[in-house]
Amino acid sequence: MPVIQVSHLSKQFRDIHAVDDLSFTVNEADIYGFLGQNGAGKSTTIRMLLTLIAPSAGGIELFGMDLRTHRKEILRQVGAVIERPDLYKYLSGLENLSLFAKMSGLHTSRAQLMEQLERVGLSDRAKSRVKTYSQGMKQRLGIAIALVHDPQLIILDEPTNGLDPQGIADMRNLILHLSRHLNKTVLVSSHLLSEIEQIASRMLIIDKGRKVAEGTVQEMLDPAKTVVEVQVLHVAESVEKIKKSAWGASLQQVRTESIVLQLHRDQVTQLNRDLVMMGVAVTGLQPRNSLEDYFLSLTGTNQHVAAFTN
Amino acid sequence: MWQLLQIELFKIFRKPRTYISFVAIAAMVIIVQIALKFDGRSYVEFILGSLKDSLEIPYDTILNGYFVCFVILNLLLIHIPLLIALVAGDSVAGEANMGTLRLLVTKPVSRTQLMLAKFMATVLYTALLLLWMAFLALLLSVLLFGVNDIIVARNDVLEVIKSNDVLWRYIAAFAYATVALTTVAALAFLLSVFAENSIGPIVSTISIVIVFTILSEMQIPLYDRTVKPWLFTSHMLAWKGFFYTQTDSTHTSIPGSIENLPAILRSFGILMGYIVLFVGSAIVAFKKKDILS
Amino acid sequence: MIKTIITGWLLVLVGAPAFTYAQDATLLVQQVRTKLDKVNDYEAAGVMKTDVSFMKVPAADVKVYFRKPGKLKIKNEKGISLVPKGSVSISLNNLLSGKYQVLDGGMDTIAGVPVRIVKLLPLDDNGEVVLSTLYIDPAKLLILRAKTTTRESGTNELEMSYGKYAAYALPDRVVFTFNAQEYKLPKGVTFDYDDGSSKQKPAGETKSQRGKIEIAYSSYTINKGLPDTVFE
Repeated sequence: MPVIQVSHLSKQFRDIHAVDDLSFTVNEADIYGFLGQNGAGKSTTIRMLLTLIAPSAGGIELFGMDLRTHRKEILRQVGAVIERPDLYKYLSGLENLSLFAKMSGLHTSRAQLMEQLERVGLSDRAKSRVKTYSQGMKQRLGIAIALVHDPQLIILDEPTNGLDPQGIADMRNLILHLSRHLNKTVLVSSHLLSEIEQIASRMLIIDKGRKVAEGTVQEMLDPAKTVVEVQVLHVAESVEKIKKSAWGASLQQVRTESIVLQLHRDQVTQLNRDLVMMGVAVTGLQPRNSLEDYFLSLTGTNQHVAAFTN
Repeated sequence: MWQLLQIELFKIFRKPRTYISFVAIAAMVIIVQIALKFDGRSYVEFILGSLKDSLEIPYDTILNGYFVCFVILNLLLIHIPLLIALVAGDSVAGEANMGTLRLLVTKPVSRTQLMLAKFMATVLYTALLLLWMAFLALLLSVLLFGVNDIIVARNDVLEVIKSNDVLWRYIAAFAYATVALTTVAALAFLLSVFAENSIGPIVSTISIVIVFTILSEMQIPLYDRTVKPWLFTSHMLAWKGFFYTQTDSTHTSIPGSIENLPAILRSFGILMGYIVLFVGSAIVAFKKKDILS
Repeated sequence: MIKTIITGWLLVLVGAPAFTYAQDATLLVQQVRTKLDKVNDYEAAGVMKTDVSFMKVPAADVKVYFRKPGKLKIKNEKGISLVPKGSVSISLNNLLSGKYQVLDGGMDTIAGVPVRIVKLLPLDDNGEVVLSTLYIDPAKLLILRAKTTTRESGTNELEMSYGKYAAYALPDRVVFTFNAQEYKLPKGVTFDYDDGSSKQKPAGETKSQRGKIEIAYSSYTINKGLPDTVFE
């Protein structure tokens, strides 16, 4: 049974489609990477999973239960850190943890709470007001709050934001520990590809609210596979031709001046030949290699970078 | 639910801002008491000035603890709602501003329960504030000025109530005032749902209370018939009705009586209606709200 | 000559009774005064009711202190009573002190009792009282009603009924009617509760209104002496 099942999820804010027909699945013990630029729709999706935002369309099931009708049971099994963890600054770390533990339905003793704080390295600052904490300490407290009720699913939205390299490494180790040793399912969103690359078992890439790719990291990093961006003169006409051809299944993304396809490396030459044969006016063809390239190409960021560097 | 209420009360009473209200009330009450202790006679002369040529005014006995308490309550008409709005307006907007709202809403607690717990905590805060005020305005005044009959100066009637007939009226008045201020709290609570910063709801609430109070007091026939009976501020003053007595055919007031109890009960009903409307609307709005903070 | 004699006798016949009546009125007043003078001082306990349109006052237990010739004090020892100014004239003992010209006003009836109307014009032009009209029961030498016109407070009226202290001319019940100034405070000061009931002032109520104080006396302690402090 998948832990998260999202079907045709959409969210519209006035004229903006923040999330558009998104579907994905997260399995038990997955570390599921949720990648996208800032503003791609990651946080909106996560907020819908956590019932902070109501979807405009589509369905969400967690632990096999409909989120709309089983909200309380589901949320008892979910711990989350959403963006930077904002806490009650006028209360101490211990008081914050105690408060949220109670809200999760727990009756924890002070000793148990101190143990939680010990795990995230905050036991010596337990009684200090959160106002005096550094960003890293607040992040760790946020993690402690997310884990205090021993949830099965942990959702981390940009967990390494504002952390120093040691903090980032600690976060990475924690996520791996949660999955590998405690069999927890972790959904982690980020715009930092290098971090996700190191920990995620599966991932989804989102751009302008739409899924652009989903699969295992292995698939996406398969050296035999590559992503090719083809610059063409007449995009719409070219897309129609490609869809009718054998290359239709390889189509990943349509951009303003180019078309992106995913295929094996040794198929690149054949693709080039077939496009010419189909009458597609190709002006350029660029294979990508690393996941970073892959991600950047899909989201078109390199176009913006090129504008600055050229 | 009890657990949630405890948590909300904990949050309210750990916030330094909460204590501003208690200190402010203490300061205001004591300032008025000091002023009346030194120059209360001037105030009584102001109230009863038009009668000094026809009646012997016993200034010393008029200026007693019960009278001073009434003066204090009258003077603090606008100030107390502001202090209520200070906490009630912060209940949801403050959490949004701090960023803690999104953490709260992801807990296995329904939004309705969360809102009810927050509102009940605000109501308890209001009741405590009134209790504090009762202690200072009534008990302290009685200790400083002693006890005697009370003179209540209405617009065109002077009420004299015997000292042994006053205390129960104050208890009823304070209980009613709690409901009246809960209406203000409910309004601030509702406005708090729509804001990401508590300043907006606080200022809006107090502006509404001021404008409505002015409308309630204006003598314009058009407003008298249409608007005034429905303004909650018109009904907030009903606590004074406990100090208006019935009289017999010779204008002798009847001890233990209330001039128009049905009117007070009607006002109470209207205020309760407003509370249900404001809080109900707040819950409905919050349930539909997308938490983006 | 006969005409002169007849006119003279007619004058005597008409004038003599008038003169006699005037002399009778003065005598009556003197007799009443003598009776009142038996009381040097008293302390009385009573219940006071206030009937003024703009005041709602409960019945109050009061003490009334009097000392000859003109000291009178009404005190509510346990509470507040608003007593009209010029209440000094609530006591008859004050009315008959001083020097005055007595005029006969004829006869009338009060509650079936024939009374002699006597007008007193104070000889002191600077006094507070301008004119007093007394309605005296000549048989019992008791004043049943007194109307007093004063410089400052307009016309007051006293109605008396007597019982066990009639021998001292001390009433069981006194109703004092006086002028009361209008009372009004701005609504912006009082912030009254408007209960929605319309309160129409009766037509004819003018700025200066009549108020009533009624004191029902339960006991008098007479001629036992009173310290000065009770009149403060």
